[in-house]
Amino acid sequence: MNYPIPQEPAPLQGPGPTLRLTVNGENRTFPAPLTCAGLVDALSLAGRRIALERNGEIVPRSRLADTPLAHADTIEIVVAVGGG
Amino acid sequence: MSNMPAPSPLRIGERSFKSRLLVGTGKYRDFDETRLAIEASGAEIVTVAIRRTNIGQNQGEPSLLDALPPSRFTMLPNSAGCYTADDAVRTLRLGRELLDGHTLCKLEVLGDPHTLYPNMAETLRAAETLVRDGFEVMVYCSDDPIMAKQLEEIGCVAVMPLASLIGSGMGILNPWNLQIIIGNAKVPVIVDAGVGTASDAAIAMELGCDGVLMNTAIAAAKQPVLMASAMRKAVEAGREAFLAGRMPKKLYSAAPSSPTAGLITPGKPA
Repeated sequence: MNYPIPQEPAPLQGPGPTLRLTVNGENRTFPAPLTCAGLVDALSLAGRRIALERNGEIVPRSRLADTPLAHADTIEIVVAVGGG
Repeated sequence: MSNMPAPSPLRIGERSFKSRLLVGTGKYRDFDETRLAIEASGAEIVTVAIRRTNIGQNQGEPSLLDALPPSRFTMLPNSAGCYTADDAVRTLRLGRELLDGHTLCKLEVLGDPHTLYPNMAETLRAAETLVRDGFEVMVYCSDDPIMAKQLEEIGCVAVMPLASLIGSGMGILNPWNLQIIIGNAKVPVIVDAGVGTASDAAIAMELGCDGVLMNTAIAAAKQPVLMASAMRKAVEAGREAFLAGRMPKKLYSAAPSSPTAGLITPGKPA
């Protein structure tokens, strides 16, 4: 009997490895590897006054560049808006 | 004017402010109107909410903190919309990070979405956590004197009882409770929520409140900038009236304001 040799599934997107994240409740895919600062850049939020939470823990602004993201991380990015 | 005492600042923790009017930044037509109204109000402390950012197209999107720079205003990030202590603490920690470690915050834990009445059990729990975590907590609360006292004992830097329900514009429904809270408090008492028009703000200040916090009364006026100016005057007038000490109320006056002698025609016999 000839059994078929299992094949690796094709990558979801692009030629390189990818990272699936939940960002503000939305599923998003990014090229890996990615840091928190890289994510902020990829979302065009660089230079904006934001706060970022990774899996329920705040990542301080000073640590964004050296905090890597992992597959299936849940990210919240918040800003100040009008309120009473 | 030589007898006019210098206006005393509003002291919150180590901070001090000239204005006793605190304003929210919600419900305005745009950031221009927000900025103009807040300038007209003279407020130095402004509340902001913490929300998820739009992760779509952000380029060029105006930001509230560009219109109201934290270098010029004291930001009071709030936990509006939170229904549990945990959510409120998490939101306010994000606010602190967003504002570079700024520890002043407005704690608010709501009880239900219809009345927006505060859930005091959760509010007390959140206040304990936040104070332990180094926050300076200004706390929205019911007008219950025992709750206000407990929040003060936990270490909140200001207690902020409602005048009436958030956004209702119903004015001060229980001046007696507010007076008890003011009489017992060693921290500033700031009426938060329910003010509808300038006289409500003046009454709060005449009662001896240290300040008034409002949003909808200004933002939902037909002319928000003009109402902001009215509120500034009402808070100042109410404060001065409180300091001046009002005359006692009498059913009628046996002492007219004009002299009783020297009438050109004799009046009724004394």
